[in-house]
Amino acid sequence: MLKISLDRLDDFFARVASEQSLYMPVDREDGQAEFRKWTEGSKLSQRLNTVRSAKDFFFPQTENLVDFKIQGKNIEVLDTREECEDFAVFGVRACDARSFSILDKVFLCEPVDSYYKNRREHGVIISLSCTRPAETCFCTVFGIDPVEPEGDISCSTDGKSMFFKVNTPKGEEFVKKFADVFEDGDPAQLEKMKEFSRNVFKKLPLANLSTDSFGGDKMMKLFNSPKWAELSEACIGCGTCTFICPTCQCYDIRDFKTNDGVKRFRCWDSCMYSEFTKMAHGNPRVSQLERFRQRFMHKLVYFPSNNDGEFGCVGCGRCLTKCPSSINIVKVMKALEVEE
Amino acid sequence: MQVNDSKNFEPVIAAFCCNWCSYAGADLSGTNRLSYPTNVKIIRVPCSCRVNPMFILRAFQRGADGVIICGCHPGDCHYTSGNYFTRRRITLLYSMLDFLGIERNRTRLEWVSAAEGAKFASVMEQFTEDVRKLGPNRRLEDLRCRKK
Amino acid sequence: MQEKMKQRAKELLADGTVNRVMGWKKGEFGYDTTPAVFRSAEEIDKYFVCDDFTNSNLSKLLVKESKKDGVILAFLKPCDTYSFNQLLKEHRIDREKVYIIGIPGGPKLDAEIIKSKGITGITGVKNVNYTLVIDTIYGEEKMPFYEAVSVKCKSCKSKKHVIYDELIGDDGDILESDRFDEVEKLENMTSRERFDFWQRELSKCIRCNACKNVCPACTCEKCVFDNPKSGIENKAVSDSFEEKLFHIIRAFHVAGRCTDCGECSRVCPQNIPLHLLNRKFIKDINSLYGEYQAGADLDTKNPLTDYSTDDCEPSIVHERGVE
Repeated sequence: MLKISLDRLDDFFARVASEQSLYMPVDREDGQAEFRKWTEGSKLSQRLNTVRSAKDFFFPQTENLVDFKIQGKNIEVLDTREECEDFAVFGVRACDARSFSILDKVFLCEPVDSYYKNRREHGVIISLSCTRPAETCFCTVFGIDPVEPEGDISCSTDGKSMFFKVNTPKGEEFVKKFADVFEDGDPAQLEKMKEFSRNVFKKLPLANLSTDSFGGDKMMKLFNSPKWAELSEACIGCGTCTFICPTCQCYDIRDFKTNDGVKRFRCWDSCMYSEFTKMAHGNPRVSQLERFRQRFMHKLVYFPSNNDGEFGCVGCGRCLTKCPSSINIVKVMKALEVEE
Repeated sequence: MQVNDSKNFEPVIAAFCCNWCSYAGADLSGTNRLSYPTNVKIIRVPCSCRVNPMFILRAFQRGADGVIICGCHPGDCHYTSGNYFTRRRITLLYSMLDFLGIERNRTRLEWVSAAEGAKFASVMEQFTEDVRKLGPNRRLEDLRCRKK
Repeated sequence: MQEKMKQRAKELLADGTVNRVMGWKKGEFGYDTTPAVFRSAEEIDKYFVCDDFTNSNLSKLLVKESKKDGVILAFLKPCDTYSFNQLLKEHRIDREKVYIIGIPGGPKLDAEIIKSKGITGITGVKNVNYTLVIDTIYGEEKMPFYEAVSVKCKSCKSKKHVIYDELIGDDGDILESDRFDEVEKLENMTSRERFDFWQRELSKCIRCNACKNVCPACTCEKCVFDNPKSGIENKAVSDSFEEKLFHIIRAFHVAGRCTDCGECSRVCPQNIPLHLLNRKFIKDINSLYGEYQAGADLDTKNPLTDYSTDDCEPSIVHERGVE
């Protein structure tokens, strides 16, 4: 198995960064981590997860779609799309790695989102297995193996070396490109570590959460549940949960009038906002209860009903830590489950 | 700090002028054949108190390099007390802009009466000069609106 | 403390003084408490909690609750009573519909700080003589209580309840706080340093609007940032200008009404020190127009809807401090 000893990991980063953009989680002054472009001296964060998810790489918060140049009565349409350059993202956790396949289902089905596709084709995902999960982790509930994450290449460490497992042709190409930095290693110790990690995951407080009560076939029952009123009571209608979520994919398209034309851009939108999906007659969801319900119904019911039962949540736990009122998908699932 | 990238930099000045005093003051400076810089773009408002902080920020966003607000002298407001409110509000706003590190000389407030045509011209002259020295507004601009 | 609160809440529910109780509900891990309304003694017994992590301000939720039928009991910490008073002053809450029990304030804790020390897998937190004993799936961890104090409680301005119907525990005093120290530190930097500081902080903003939505002073029926016709409701972070515009306007709109409860900084998912913007306004108001504490009483005029003929000129801000 391919490996790089941990003390040579920084050299590996430098090598990759010398040929293409490399992004990885680094620590910020406030003790949280975020994905940043590798520069000399960047250190890989030891934190489990970043505040913002890795979806930004393929589906950025704001993205210019097209420009219009206005001269007198003439409007010129300018395609601002550029061929995206190759880049690699290191240190994506299993939850975020799975989120890409969920986003793919949305953006790569017909009609294909060419902006997303462009980025997706040029990005190599190097995922990193988890050894020390947080109490808020529940990816295993959605059938994700945090010890064997998805991604073009998956990495895991036995404490001495970083082992690289290639999963896709894109990953193969990447490894070939940097073949000289890898050594051959014996993953025996690694397997033991993995077994140990798997046991840790079984002990997590949310490990036994059940998804049995959810899915497309339970739609009307869940939609009409009286529990939503109580659950949404403390929701302040901010977009924190949706913006840090690795799988929330709703966006809005807007025009910005510059001094000599118009920039049409898209930006993330949140179903928690009052002007979300606003139409001529107004917002179809007039109360916070309805907006709140929308988010969870989308993840737990509508998405699986349209995607062969796959849930729209990857259990990364970000909304559990960041919600200003500490309401989250786990509390919603537990409350609705009781009813069964 | 000098960020003037071109020697021929001509600043854009947005001047919010109250209808009753300062706008008439600008008029008077014109009828008196006094000149003031063409950089100054006057925006007439019913009272200096009408100037919402958003107007000021929006002016910077859209390419202004300096923003000046002109109103009646305290005590002379057409609406009795409008400019007293302006004074408090704008003091706090300018202080906040300063706190965020926006250059001080980009913002100003002056009281100009309808009889002060000469003052209007000299205030504009002076303010334009001050902003010219600072160079283009880079700390509070919207890149999408930058002139190409 | 918590037991006394529960008992009193049940008494008031039973004798019909109130028909609902607003407090906090237990979470999954011992630190994730949620503001909640309880309607029965059973619910209170089962879920009610008041501990070191019940740091959210309940006052804003009372705007909505006081429009409903019947009286609601609310447990308010000292800082929450300031917010409540301010809302009352602005006629946003129906006083008759709220029964207030004042409870002692913080310092409350922030689980994020505990986690930033590398402690993870938390399943419970106990305060044993001001040492936090934290149960985790990896074993027990310990850390000093005061290191985990939430930003909003770090420089407490008052332990005094400014409005209440009854108290549990003793009332405190208004404190000498060092809350303007950080603002002053920034004021003493050069303009370039300040710009870089705020550029760095504000560029983290994801425009989630949590700061404005949680703010007890932000109670407009339709916020300008939620109004597509205002031209500035972009949720986008297309340009750094927009972040500045958003945060300047947000803070300016509550200037003179902000009680400095610190909720904005508590909820920020990116840990932007938003309270410093608000404190800057408070500091300026205090120094230029006389000491003023929003929410301290119901009569004093808000300094921004008031004036004096001998107020200072705006040029003062350009003459003092560091350029």
